[in-house]
Amino acid sequence: MPWNPGDDVIAVQRGPQPGGGGGAYRAFGETLRGLKTTLRRVTEGVTTLEYPEEKTAVYPRWRGRHRLHRFEDTGLEKCVGCSLCAAACPVDCIRVVAAENDPEERVSAGERYAAIYEINLSRCIFCGYCEVACPFDAITMGSDYELSDYNRSDLIFTKEMLLAEPLERTPLRAEGE
Amino acid sequence: MTPPFADVVYFEPWWMQIAKAVVLFALGLQIVPLVLLYERKLLGRFQNRYGPNRVGPYGLAQPLADILKLLAKEQFRPRTSTGFLFVLAPVLSILTAAATFAIIPFSDTVDIFGTKTGLYGVDVSIGPLFLFAFGAIAFYGIMLGGYASGSKYSFLGSMRAAAQLISYEVAQGLAIVGVVITTGSLSLVDIAEHQAGMWFIVPQFAGFLIFLTASFAETNRIPFDLTEADGELVGGYNTEYGGGRFASYYFAEYLNVVVVAGITTTLFLGGWNLPAGLDPPHWVDPFVVLFKMFLIVTLFIWVRATLPRLRYDQLMSFGWKILLPLATLNVLATAIIVVVAD
Repeated sequence: MPWNPGDDVIAVQRGPQPGGGGGAYRAFGETLRGLKTTLRRVTEGVTTLEYPEEKTAVYPRWRGRHRLHRFEDTGLEKCVGCSLCAAACPVDCIRVVAAENDPEERVSAGERYAAIYEINLSRCIFCGYCEVACPFDAITMGSDYELSDYNRSDLIFTKEMLLAEPLERTPLRAEGE
Repeated sequence: MTPPFADVVYFEPWWMQIAKAVVLFALGLQIVPLVLLYERKLLGRFQNRYGPNRVGPYGLAQPLADILKLLAKEQFRPRTSTGFLFVLAPVLSILTAAATFAIIPFSDTVDIFGTKTGLYGVDVSIGPLFLFAFGAIAFYGIMLGGYASGSKYSFLGSMRAAAQLISYEVAQGLAIVGVVITTGSLSLVDIAEHQAGMWFIVPQFAGFLIFLTASFAETNRIPFDLTEADGELVGGYNTEYGGGRFASYYFAEYLNVVVVAGITTTLFLGGWNLPAGLDPPHWVDPFVVLFKMFLIVTLFIWVRATLPRLRYDQLMSFGWKILLPLATLNVLATAIIVVVAD
């Protein structure tokens, strides 16, 4: 029995009852219509993006692998080793050991700099809190997402790796694309 | 009219018969991987994707990789299984499929090395009955496979498969009767020759549709693939099978599709006859048959891409309440027309 909508509903539009000769006839017609629909998919062509060869461009706000930044003019690191990112990190995957800057040979623009800066990417959940916590925009989320590796210890990214340009650039979408 | 018992070996020497058997078996063995690849490719297109295209150029080596992978696997069986039946069942399946492949006529008799040779395995005078006889044995392949696995789910699956196959074989058989009545012969070569003027798809269109629908069920294809239901169940009768034995089942399934395509071609699409009075030389005939089989296989894949799977009660009521009465009506109407026209 079909569902009874109650007395307050005066007229319910229902499809024809299934079964019987008419039902078989309609089912045949609908089958032909279905065949037409699927054939149209063939004529449309494929929408596959053949991944390892072609890559989707990511959006500007995509949260991929972290990047550490330098000042463009002086070449000094922006990170001052304040450990706010490590404090903000919900999975504790960032390790920062700060050291005093030598005035003769400055590493960062501030008083201190990060002597050790490591991100364990096998733990990172790419939440982006570190980026938000950073007072100097020293760490940002990059656009790389191909981060698989054979070894867990290879997924601990050091400061040099995070500062370097990525070997293979992930295509980036323009704003509004 | 041909005599009831065939003079099967009527004019071919023994070496020609062996050569034919080898060629036909090799042909069947070659067609199945092609159908496998074609199905996966075309099914991909139906879903706006490429299908396999990584192994070899355009993915052409994909079936080879599949088969190698299956054959390289370990042969094992559950502890509760019945050993020799477990091994025998896939062999039975593949045997019946290959045996029915022998009766598809690819052309009339031709002259090869001075001997009159028919381009078919055997021209049995009981053509469709031969098909159904081996179809009945094919049930044993499935039933024994499920039973010998020693698993209740395999057994339930095989029962489900057997119920489905038996139900649809009735309609399939009755759908052919119209063709047989019109031709007056059960020999598939006679039936194909009889369609030189008009293919049976025109006067027997209802029979064609019924036969095709029942064939979907007989070959366990979507929308009647209740025996496997790969999206919903672990599997059917072949749950416990793996490796080469599973490959045998799989191979038999696709060979059955090819055989059904060949039988449909012969019974309804005029065999090697071309429309519009075209009469090419004899060597073209097998290619005509193969092309028509290709079209039928394409239809099989198209339907697979379109229709969802039926529920089990729908499957049964469709087979018994719609297909069977329709097939019976078709036979009655054909019989009356044939008698009146005489």
